[in-house]
Amino acid sequence: MEELDHHAEYLGPILDRYSHQPANLLQILREAQEVYGYIHPDAIDYLITQLRLPRTKIEGVASFYSFLYLEPRGQYRILFSDNITDRMLGSMELMTQMCHELWVEPGKVSEDGLVSIDTTSCTGMCDQGPAILVNNIAITRMTPRRVSEICGLVRKQVPLSQWPPAYFDVADNIQRKDLLLHDDFVPGIALVAALRRGQDGMLAEIKRSGLRGRGGAGFTTAIKWESCRNAQGKMHYVVCNADEGEPGTFKDRVLLTSYAHKVFEGMTLCAYVIGAGKGMLYLRGEYRYLRDHLEAVLQSRRQQNLLGNSILGQGGFDFDIDIHFGAGAYICGEESALLESLEGKRGTPRNRPPFPVTHGYLNQPTVVNNVETFAAACHIAQRGGAWYAAMGTPQSAGTKILSVSGDCARPGIYEYPFGVSVRQVLQDCGASNTQAVQVSGPSGITIAAHEFDRIIAFEDLPTAGAFMVFDQSRDMFEVARNFVHFFAHESCGFCTPCRVGTSLLRNMMDKLHNGHGSPYDFQEIENMNRLLLSMSHCGLGHTACNPVLDTIAKFRPAYERRLLQKDFTPAFDLDWSLEAARQMTGRDDSGAHILHPHHPKTET
Amino acid sequence: MSKTFTLDNKVIPFEDGQTIIQAAQAAKVYIPHLCYHPGFKPHGSCKLCTVKINGRQTAACTMQAAAGMVVESETIELNAERRTLTQMLFVEGNHFCPSCEKSGDCQLQATAYELGMMSAHFDHFFPNRPLDASHPDFILDLNRCILCSLCVRASRDVDGKNVFALAGRGIKTHLIVNAKSGKLADTDFSAQDKAAHVCPVGVILPKRKGFTVPIGERTFDKLPISEYVDTRLLDSDEK
Repeated sequence: MEELDHHAEYLGPILDRYSHQPANLLQILREAQEVYGYIHPDAIDYLITQLRLPRTKIEGVASFYSFLYLEPRGQYRILFSDNITDRMLGSMELMTQMCHELWVEPGKVSEDGLVSIDTTSCTGMCDQGPAILVNNIAITRMTPRRVSEICGLVRKQVPLSQWPPAYFDVADNIQRKDLLLHDDFVPGIALVAALRRGQDGMLAEIKRSGLRGRGGAGFTTAIKWESCRNAQGKMHYVVCNADEGEPGTFKDRVLLTSYAHKVFEGMTLCAYVIGAGKGMLYLRGEYRYLRDHLEAVLQSRRQQNLLGNSILGQGGFDFDIDIHFGAGAYICGEESALLESLEGKRGTPRNRPPFPVTHGYLNQPTVVNNVETFAAACHIAQRGGAWYAAMGTPQSAGTKILSVSGDCARPGIYEYPFGVSVRQVLQDCGASNTQAVQVSGPSGITIAAHEFDRIIAFEDLPTAGAFMVFDQSRDMFEVARNFVHFFAHESCGFCTPCRVGTSLLRNMMDKLHNGHGSPYDFQEIENMNRLLLSMSHCGLGHTACNPVLDTIAKFRPAYERRLLQKDFTPAFDLDWSLEAARQMTGRDDSGAHILHPHHPKTET
Repeated sequence: MSKTFTLDNKVIPFEDGQTIIQAAQAAKVYIPHLCYHPGFKPHGSCKLCTVKINGRQTAACTMQAAAGMVVESETIELNAERRTLTQMLFVEGNHFCPSCEKSGDCQLQATAYELGMMSAHFDHFFPNRPLDASHPDFILDLNRCILCSLCVRASRDVDGKNVFALAGRGIKTHLIVNAKSGKLADTDFSAQDKAAHVCPVGVILPKRKGFTVPIGERTFDKLPISEYVDTRLLDSDEK
């Protein structure tokens, strides 16, 4: 009983803050975890009574997200960002060093419960990696020296708040500015312009601008806003998708760091057009360090009457914005999975139709747009749709922010009008001997040197913003293998093809990596791609094979080097499988080995 | 005149709000499926009922029928993909048909036969999955779970109990029960629950009941699964 009282003590205020609403379950669990570093089983008992939810529901949600733990983790939870760009900067060697210095195995908790070390999907610090998260707070620019220092701090149990502030520096690294990244934005200026235009007038300008969603898919923004406005519902919602989980992209982090007013103002404009009363910023858990800053921006907007009731004196224009945090699930960048997550559920993509514009958050009409889309809307309000449409290309109006990382002299943020060539970007970022560029992350497309004149635009290379550069020294097979591991880790597990298929694909790539590949495997990979494309529930499954197919087509030698047999080689290695028996019997003579592992062809 | 669509060139009547699989079942046309059951809200996860509508593939259990739709289901291409999905379900879990009490009554096994699956094709994952024999009347063998969530829906929507749920993510997705101990015995699960009788495979099995019907005389020994168009006929308590 005393135990339960103790949990009630810290859970009470959290539950109050989230109005005891089951829809806030993910936020409640995230905060409840901060006391013990994991969600204590007795805390779940208390939440069951307070939220009137079954244990199955709470455990089902908690076990879905990578950053929520149902088992004790270390007092210091250290996660190494495992994007290919981190690996290229030596992240794996640093992790090995740290595990060695702290005497702990990757993925395990040290025996004294002090520390756990593991990997995590890309944390969005690719231009300043290798990066880690310590108790969900980002640390950039890891070096062997920094690893040793951190090991010392951990051993001495210095609280994270007393670690050297320089560790937590996150630079914007803005290398090229255009429309969105100029610093002349005065909070409120776009809203004033929108109010002058009126709701219909504002929507007409968005239409005229040709603005398309910046999350990668490029859906026409005006159609989304108009359909949502016309949909019937008790309440309309505006949701800003700041989940930014695609490995290699980090531009939303910069927009929210230095241009947050513009993003929130874009959301408010949307609310004005569609008649929404509530907005939500869904921010990936990796960016939790931005919380205080963003809350302060929201507070200052409330003080300036840019949020709240009767915004800028316009009667009936009531709108405010909450921040919701993700907890380590790439799939929540998919808009219907994001809505599920916002409702405190497992982030499983919904069956569609119906679409979010009519049945979104809590089944109400909802606009979900990317951070950059909202920022762009501010400029359209100020200068008009025709002016905006004049920038870029006919099918891709305006500008695009690229997150450039990998093998180049000046990684960081580059904003260009749509239509810029890959070659131009490579030149500007100081890339040389470039072998390949991964445009729009693992789910995007791998570009080889003969394609560098292709342009960034929806009609050629659509992108959410990631631009990872690989020079001639890189092994493109290993790049693809890293991406395939990412998809297998991030598949939500809902549908059979993606749940099993991404793991099978990972196993196929590991088979090649281990030297058991044959041309047969190419056929298998192509078959898997066809199945994932036609049968998967959502875009994750549809795109999971892209990096493999692209690299097979364009960098085939990287694969062929690994093919030992002409025909078929099984992943199973008979001699290796006897190793346990050899160890147990203490034998290592020739009789304990299969000298000529030859397996009959089992498949054609 | 009721509205119609075509399914493999056969005219299928439907009522507003019906999904393609509901209309097909009403017309006694079989579309392969595992996670669909007419008694529960569709889930759309196994993807076996995927059909091609006007050139686009989608799950027949979640797509509402519309007048004039041209739906393809029994094509070589779709059945090959369904066969692959079935193989994936076999390698993902531990399915040893010869020693399984559900053999002959198992919808996964019967669907594999229906689709002409001759081998597992892929390397088996051989996952470590627990077996829970704590409950006095039922055994829970998670080795065979295909994550269709029928027991989840039955317990939640019919029994009002929430005994089961899916937990974890990706390939680590697994079934959990509503008890701090994680044991079925510590839940309010009972033999009278609908959830006790909807498992299409051999996960939720009654104790002290083995081989009462001999192999060779079981449900799918008599007729292929495509002859049992309405899945309700296959629920163990309604046979």
